[in-house]
Amino acid sequence: MPDFIAEWLNQNEIFTAMTIMEYWDGMVTTVHLVFLSLVIGLLVAVPLAILRTVRNPFVSGPVWLYTYLFRGTPLLIQLYIIYYGLAQIEGIQETFWWEIFREPFYPALLAFTLNTAAYTTEIIRGAIVSTPNGEIEAAKAYGMNWFMRMRRIVLPSAARRAVQAYSNEVIFMLHASAIASVVTIVDLTGAARNIYSRFYAPFDAFIFVALCYMALTFILVFAFRKLETHLLKHQRPVSG
Amino acid sequence: MLDLKGYGPALLDGAIVTIELAFLSLALSVALGLVGASAKLSQSRVAKGIATTYTTLIRGVPDLVMMLLFYYGGQVAVNMLSDYIWEAYEIDFFFQFDPFISGVVTIGLIFGAYMTETFRGAFLAVETGQIEAARAYGFTRFHTFRRIMLPQMMRHALPGLGNNWQVLLKTTALVSIIGLTDMVRVAEEAAKAERMPFHFFIPVAFVYLALTAGSELFIKWLDKRANVGVVQGS
Repeated sequence: MPDFIAEWLNQNEIFTAMTIMEYWDGMVTTVHLVFLSLVIGLLVAVPLAILRTVRNPFVSGPVWLYTYLFRGTPLLIQLYIIYYGLAQIEGIQETFWWEIFREPFYPALLAFTLNTAAYTTEIIRGAIVSTPNGEIEAAKAYGMNWFMRMRRIVLPSAARRAVQAYSNEVIFMLHASAIASVVTIVDLTGAARNIYSRFYAPFDAFIFVALCYMALTFILVFAFRKLETHLLKHQRPVSG
Repeated sequence: MLDLKGYGPALLDGAIVTIELAFLSLALSVALGLVGASAKLSQSRVAKGIATTYTTLIRGVPDLVMMLLFYYGGQVAVNMLSDYIWEAYEIDFFFQFDPFISGVVTIGLIFGAYMTETFRGAFLAVETGQIEAARAYGFTRFHTFRRIMLPQMMRHALPGLGNNWQVLLKTTALVSIIGLTDMVRVAEEAAKAERMPFHFFIPVAFVYLALTAGSELFIKWLDKRANVGVVQGS
């Protein structure tokens, strides 16, 4: 380690082992929260996106309404409604659900999941709708039924078209997760806010956390770029 | 009828604050976006470098963190600056960094980066022949920009601009966290005091929904107008 960094680390009062641990715990919480909401959100979004493409308005209508409501309002409001609202449901405090939802982590997880599922549903729907007709006709000509067609032809081809937009949604979700700190969750931003109020040092506390988020963002961007080249390998021009 | 328990006027004031905040940030972000896009497309490597650093930095950091940095950090910076000015020139210079200003600056800066990308793409979509023709007519650089580039790029920029506006509108809710009494803040206080979260947050959610739905219609109308005379392929 260069001497000036060692010297600076010895002199400063803010970046001690204690606060670094706080930031680390915060990062674990952020990654945990974002990862879980993205995975559950994606699992919910795929069937919803398929339902959204169904011609019957009684099937696609409710899904449209759900995505419209969650995409048209701020995530912060959704979080507040779920966080403050769940405690107000009659009788919830007597059931086992209360054991889960009294922790701020689970209301936040629910809000983030519902929000990302709404955006992801629309992304996947767009990709499904733009499947080239020839691919579907070919699948029909091979005698594939609806289910097999969906599983083998439509969804894999839609995934390739959706991955670019979905990577934006993942990064958006990582950044949006910062609001978890307002419902007393100590995520990365929560750790930074605690350290700010202890030392009254806004630049150290928030610039450091900004760098942490930036590192996470660039890791995601890199991973998605890899995934994209992997998924679109067959479309790469042949070269010597 | 909806009974807001006497919080109605405060919520209405909050809604006006939200709308003011959104429009001021939009103006700042469009200005920054035009400057940023011009810088990215300019010949100067320094300008290109600054614009690229700006858009990359902004897209890596959450909006809330940026807002907290500007709000808490901005005041510390102003205090340091005023101390310096007092010691050096004995001029009493001070201003309070309030949540509204921090909100406008932060949201403007963040969406300025997104607007930069939108406008860059839109400028590139204007045919070079148009610019060459303007030059041939003896237009100055400014006139070329004002009369040829701007009106033609707007058509290409509108969809992106509309999307950015929709996201910006929802981002304004975050300013309640640093203490601005916008409608989210009022609703939060009312919900806590009355212990009725649904009663106050759901109407506010519907105000946002109305704003985004209204904007969608307006953008569609603008888009139609901007594309008058353009033959669209099927």
